[in-house]
Amino acid sequence: MSGQPILDVQGLSTDYTVRRQGKTIQVHAVKDVSFTLAKGEVLGIVGESGCGKTTVGRSIVRLAKPHRGEVLFAGTNIFAAAPDELRKLRLRIRMVFQDPFASLDPRRSIGDSIAEAGDIHGLFKGGVDRQGEIEKALNNVGLDGSYAARFPHELSGGQRQRIGIARAILPAPGIVIADEPVSALDVSVQAQVLNLLADLQEMMGLSMVFISHDLGVVGQISDRVAVMYMGRIVETAATRDIVDRPIHPYTITLMAARPRPDPKIRIKPGIEIGEPPSQFDRPAGCPYAKRCAIATSLCATDDPSLRMVASGRMVACHNV
Amino acid sequence: MSGGLRSQLVPFARRPIASLGLVVLVCIVAAAVLAPLIAPYDPSRIEPIARLQPPNAAHWFGTDQFGRDIFSRVVYGSRLALLIGVGVVSFALITGVPAGVLSALFPRFGRVMMRVIDVLMAFPALLLALSLIVILGRGVSNAILAIGVVYLTTTSRITYGLALRLRTETYVEAANSMGAGAVWTIRKHILPNLISPLLVQASFVFAFAQLSAASLDFLGLGAPPEIPSWGNMLAEGRIFITRAPWLLFFPGLSIAITAFSLNLVGDALRDRVDPRFREMLSGNRR
Amino acid sequence: MLYVSDLSVSIGTRADFTDIVSSVSFEIGKGEILGLVGESGCGKSMTSLAVMGLLPEGGPWVRTGRAELAGFDVIHLPPYRRVESGHGGIAMIFQEPMSSLNPVMKIGEQIEEAIRVHERLSGDALTRKARELLELVRIPDAALQLGAYPHQLSGGMRQRVMIAIALACRPQVLIADEPTTALDVTVQTQILSLLRELCDSMGLAILFITHDLGVVAQLVDRVAVMYAGRIVETAAVAQMFERPAHPYTEALMSCLPDPARFSRRLTTIPGQAAKPGQVKQGCEFAPRCRQAVEICVADAVPYAQLSHDHRALCRFPLVEPRP
Repeated sequence: MSGQPILDVQGLSTDYTVRRQGKTIQVHAVKDVSFTLAKGEVLGIVGESGCGKTTVGRSIVRLAKPHRGEVLFAGTNIFAAAPDELRKLRLRIRMVFQDPFASLDPRRSIGDSIAEAGDIHGLFKGGVDRQGEIEKALNNVGLDGSYAARFPHELSGGQRQRIGIARAILPAPGIVIADEPVSALDVSVQAQVLNLLADLQEMMGLSMVFISHDLGVVGQISDRVAVMYMGRIVETAATRDIVDRPIHPYTITLMAARPRPDPKIRIKPGIEIGEPPSQFDRPAGCPYAKRCAIATSLCATDDPSLRMVASGRMVACHNV
Repeated sequence: MSGGLRSQLVPFARRPIASLGLVVLVCIVAAAVLAPLIAPYDPSRIEPIARLQPPNAAHWFGTDQFGRDIFSRVVYGSRLALLIGVGVVSFALITGVPAGVLSALFPRFGRVMMRVIDVLMAFPALLLALSLIVILGRGVSNAILAIGVVYLTTTSRITYGLALRLRTETYVEAANSMGAGAVWTIRKHILPNLISPLLVQASFVFAFAQLSAASLDFLGLGAPPEIPSWGNMLAEGRIFITRAPWLLFFPGLSIAITAFSLNLVGDALRDRVDPRFREMLSGNRR
Repeated sequence: MLYVSDLSVSIGTRADFTDIVSSVSFEIGKGEILGLVGESGCGKSMTSLAVMGLLPEGGPWVRTGRAELAGFDVIHLPPYRRVESGHGGIAMIFQEPMSSLNPVMKIGEQIEEAIRVHERLSGDALTRKARELLELVRIPDAALQLGAYPHQLSGGMRQRVMIAIALACRPQVLIADEPTTALDVTVQTQILSLLRELCDSMGLAILFITHDLGVVAQLVDRVAVMYAGRIVETAAVAQMFERPAHPYTEALMSCLPDPARFSRRLTTIPGQAAKPGQVKQGCEFAPRCRQAVEICVADAVPYAQLSHDHRALCRFPLVEPRP
């Protein structure tokens, strides 16, 4: 196995301009995001709404165009690729979407939806081959071949999400970007789909970027985790390390705020930990400074960048 | 394919009034197709002795000032009504749908196109049709063209709105992420999802086309007098309104019933359509 | 305080009905939070709508049951009597504050509107009351925020406004239907904390509907678990997590991802959640239950009273009854 990471994101930045009360403001939806993904690895990206994690995911599948930065897939810059190469890249980098009810075309049969990538690129050698591939994909996600003739409205949320996954693995990709794939599902269904993703990932040797707002879910499936806040990555580490010993103040808050199914830990009245600042009110300096328990005067003026604090651990903070 | 004819009939099963609309429509089509068999007389046959007779056993709807049997003329008039309806709807769809879809997918083209449509929509419907007739001349095919242009505006607008919505659907994004180009997206995702809403639109356009065509005929700018047309019958019968109201009553009723039944059908279909699209279909031009 | 007994909500006609909520009974005491837990489709929202009298016209209807509050059966009260109770009564907050708030009305006006339904106040007194309510829900700069529009507030703030509106009628009971599901986890903590505070200080009885077991563990005092339209277990929260009696409850908890556990695979419940009315005979959970036997599928299931406040709808509960 070569040492080259299968995905190398460098300095990804996406801005957009808005007019608010007469002024024109630059909003940094994603600021200087960099990370790598090794082959066969699962990287979890976790953060609350507005942190930019979805934009990062969409940029990797080229549904969003960043203003700065590069995304290298197996060494190739996906934004500078020639049209032919780009077509091949589209097959190698795939996405599983969040909403099982919106991600399938209600007018198309399940089989048609699953085979869409292959149909677009003309990969099937005839009807029988196509049917066979569809059936294989269905079996891979734990469903029976008869589902190919059905329609989305006949299926439950969990089943539709399995179809979404089947669609993403036919033909077998190199990377799967999973954007909140279980957030819209019930607890018991979530467990089933998470297990499915873990099984497929192992079986097919997939590399995965797993985006979610739920630390528990991310922690379950990821090898490493990157925590995002206001468009920046504030901490990356192996899952075990993030869970046992979070370092960045925001990561600590996030871990603490996650409701744990332990009745001995009870919510106390009168908790105030502030809200994420509005997208349009981005302070200079560290974005977390206003809510941070250990902020100093340096934090208000200087935006910290990610630096390595231990082997495999990176944190963006002045005070740790 | 999902949906299909049977499921389109579901809203009629639940709503008896809508079924009435469907039944009337079928009757009108039957009348048009079977006219030679249903009409007791030749619609152009003049019989001066029998002129201006009120409805009786020999002439169910009475006779007009030339002694022509009004019932036969009404039956044959349904042919023109259908022709106009089908012609206008076809024209509006063939021109309006591509205009709307392309405008939605290619914003720069769309901006220009929609401004052109805006200009056309600034004219009251009948006035626009009249202006076009003045340029093109009278006749049935020109009437179809003129009225067609009027309704291509609403059709393209509605298609534009729907296609814009569809373009941002997650499943379209999914297709794009897998490398689908504009052609694939239009063919596989946008057009199939437009069928239901456009069916609704078509029934309303069909109804309004009747009214517009009747108006044009009434003004003498549509079908030539030889062709039995409900609008022409209204025009010719106008002066007899006090003496022989049946000359106006039956063709007028036919126009009203046709338009009304199509509206009922359109309403029933609209309730079947995805709720997200329903508000878009409510604002139709008269 | 609130006693719901034998509540059934059905669809169809009186002659041919299907229960989507079946024989639901629970009670909530003063200053207590009862969690109503279940997955989607289990009937928890329908139950709360029924209690509030908010079932849509022409839709599901209440077939049996009562909901007693201060001596009145609130389900069968005619609408004009629902308002007249002055103080006391039930208020409800929902998951999506943005759809519950009027986007073109200032929030101060919306709160005042709610107050005026129950009290004859006007002018300065009314505005002051509105401001007090905002302060009660801990909105900073309350006086200023009275003039704000909903879209100018964050999700957490809007939910607090919703709570303020709900409190305008000085209710005895608050029904919260997934109020934090759409919120970020840090905001959620604060809203839950607020609810706890209000419960303790005002003696509110809260019915908290959720599918999130973590929230249940941290916030509620007692739990009722719903499956396929029925309550399958009622217990104190500690009891439920440590020794659940119903196999569904146990299975549900074993599905939860726990980063501290570090096994790659989660336990799952085989099959799919049953819809109310789907299982015609016997226990609804039997097809997926690890300990089901023939009698579970054949006969209706009796309630097992395991202790004074713990009962389960199971023939073979996992916990021994204690006298």
